[in-house]
Amino acid sequence: MTNSKLPLWRDNRFWQNAIQIVFVFLAVLIVMILWGNVRRNLQQLGIQFGFNFLKQQASFDIGETLINYKPTDAYNYALLVGLINSLRIAVMGIVFTTIVGITAGIARLSDNWLVRNITVVYVEVFRNTPLLLQLLFWYFAVFLSFPKAENKSSFLGFANFSQNGIELPWFTLSPEFSSLLLGLTFYTGAFIAEIVRGGIQSVPKGQIEAAKSLGLKPGLAMRLVIFPQALRVIIPPLTSQYLNLTKNSSLAIAIGYPDIYFVASTTFNQTGKAVEVMLLIMITYLTLSLMISFTMNLFNRSVQIKER
Amino acid sequence: MMIKLTWLRKNLFNNWYNSLLTVVCFIFLFWLVQGFFTWLITKAQWQVIQVNLQLFLVGRFPQSLSWRIWVVLGISTTLTAITGGIFTKKAIFTKYNSLISGVIISVLLFIVPIPVINRLWLLLITGLIFTGLIIGQKFTKIITPWLSLIWLLSFPIIIWLIGGGLGLQPVSTSLWNGLLLTLLMAIISIVLSFPMGVLLALGRTSNLPVVRWFSILYIEIVRGLPLIGILFLAQVMLPLFLPADLRLDRLLRGITGLILFSAAYMAENVRGGLQAIPRGQIEAAKALGLNTPLVLILVILPQALRAVIPAIVGQFIGLFKDTSLLSLVGLVELTGMARSILAQPQFLGRYAEVYLFIGLIYWLFCYSMSLAAKNLEKQLTT
Repeated sequence: MTNSKLPLWRDNRFWQNAIQIVFVFLAVLIVMILWGNVRRNLQQLGIQFGFNFLKQQASFDIGETLINYKPTDAYNYALLVGLINSLRIAVMGIVFTTIVGITAGIARLSDNWLVRNITVVYVEVFRNTPLLLQLLFWYFAVFLSFPKAENKSSFLGFANFSQNGIELPWFTLSPEFSSLLLGLTFYTGAFIAEIVRGGIQSVPKGQIEAAKSLGLKPGLAMRLVIFPQALRVIIPPLTSQYLNLTKNSSLAIAIGYPDIYFVASTTFNQTGKAVEVMLLIMITYLTLSLMISFTMNLFNRSVQIKER
Repeated sequence: MMIKLTWLRKNLFNNWYNSLLTVVCFIFLFWLVQGFFTWLITKAQWQVIQVNLQLFLVGRFPQSLSWRIWVVLGISTTLTAITGGIFTKKAIFTKYNSLISGVIISVLLFIVPIPVINRLWLLLITGLIFTGLIIGQKFTKIITPWLSLIWLLSFPIIIWLIGGGLGLQPVSTSLWNGLLLTLLMAIISIVLSFPMGVLLALGRTSNLPVVRWFSILYIEIVRGLPLIGILFLAQVMLPLFLPADLRLDRLLRGITGLILFSAAYMAENVRGGLQAIPRGQIEAAKALGLNTPLVLILVILPQALRAVIPAIVGQFIGLFKDTSLLSLVGLVELTGMARSILAQPQFLGRYAEVYLFIGLIYWLFCYSMSLAAKNLEKQLTT
């Protein structure tokens, strides 16, 4: 009961609670002022808050769709098409960038001088220039300068490059999708390469020597001994690179690939529903981020040291 | 000759798959270099860079006021040089080094195709850089305590020189373009996001649940969103959130977006520093009778911020690259300038030249900063 003798203004708990109450009060006040402004401004613009517009006809075309879509469909359907496009680029980007990143990360430590230095140049060039610029370069300077579709140039006999994008025997990738995929893959791959290199270097030298003295070949030693241990260090930063890639896929708008951000932005331009569209974008990306974090955390748990 | 052969054997052809790899890499390199040079000789036209060089660098800033840009460049390079001089411990100016750099610089100054007056400015600035480096090295002890204050003071002066007012002819923000705007946006945003980031980091580690949850909510929402979404929020929603009679111009809205975005990442960096401080420090400070704010200001923050300097430089590099996204919300910074130049009919289709050129500019800045960050990290840890 010593506390009851303390004057109120010397009591730590009082101050803690007081600060929090003031904080909440200020936060509520600010939100109310802002919300009042929004309502007044929207009223002046003659826009009503509400998600009813999603049922209206979208009446814009989407260049690239995986499911059937026509301009007479509703906004919510158009947004779904965009979401599927986003998922497509995110999934393919993650797969390819993992391959590129891990290859480059291992090549960075190769004992072959040429391989090592090519990788250094790759990493330093792609890491130190803006992704947006790389996307613009891939799209305008590479794909749009390819020959017209009639006299396409082929690579190794099965892949054809033209202004129509990359044509493989079983399917075609549009120039927008190809540029976005290449840009995201190589940009994120450069970061992943550094993460992989750091991970491999974090494995104690004794492990490598032990693997060698057991008679494992370098390839096998990497696959069975070094890499599984490096994974423990690699996965957490790798997860944040995957998140970055997914978020960066919204730059698709710069080269006209219709992902969710592009479609949402068109929706905003047509309807003027800024608040609602922004909320939709936020919810979509937060859900995507949560999904990736969750999956990667599961994976992370499976590679961590099991305490027995 | 023998040494070279053994080097080749050891580094390129030490076993069969390395030999194979070497050959494949050579073919790839040859194909790449050949393609590039064919393009360089037959197709590339660099006129677009030559004609628009000024647009790329300072945009449509009035020609008659260009001395202000030069002065700004002078101030910032001198300060950078002094700081650089302080942080490099080894002597830079051996006779050999100064001779070589002197020759290179005079040749460059002679070759670069610019008007005489600009040459003189460049010469002056080179001189300033050298004196800055020497001053930084010679008077390290005297300058170090004042360094951050000098930097802070130079900030409003630079803005004043660029924007005008108070006796100088004002220059509208719509004329701040090109590389100038890119640098300004990156620097202003990182500086202004710093206090907000520190507050958020303190909030996140605070033991007051309301403050902690608010900080976590803010940080995680912002980090979960793409920057372009935040910039859209700042451009389109900010005017809705503010009273109708308060209008921010496009530049300020862009900066607001960058700050809102950057503060969340800054908070995470600073939190890393806060967590690296041993509990004993806090307990010792409390035992000395300091109250919580004083513990923070005198004991925790100085140590934590020192530890996160390399991370902040890294973040600055990221932010510098991210300013290119401002071109998507209608600001004409370096990338935006490239896009608007490419939209002119006489430069139609010169994408590769322009993008390679501005890519080189971005790369030079980012790469030199990352080298500096690496150096700094070494100095801070040893």
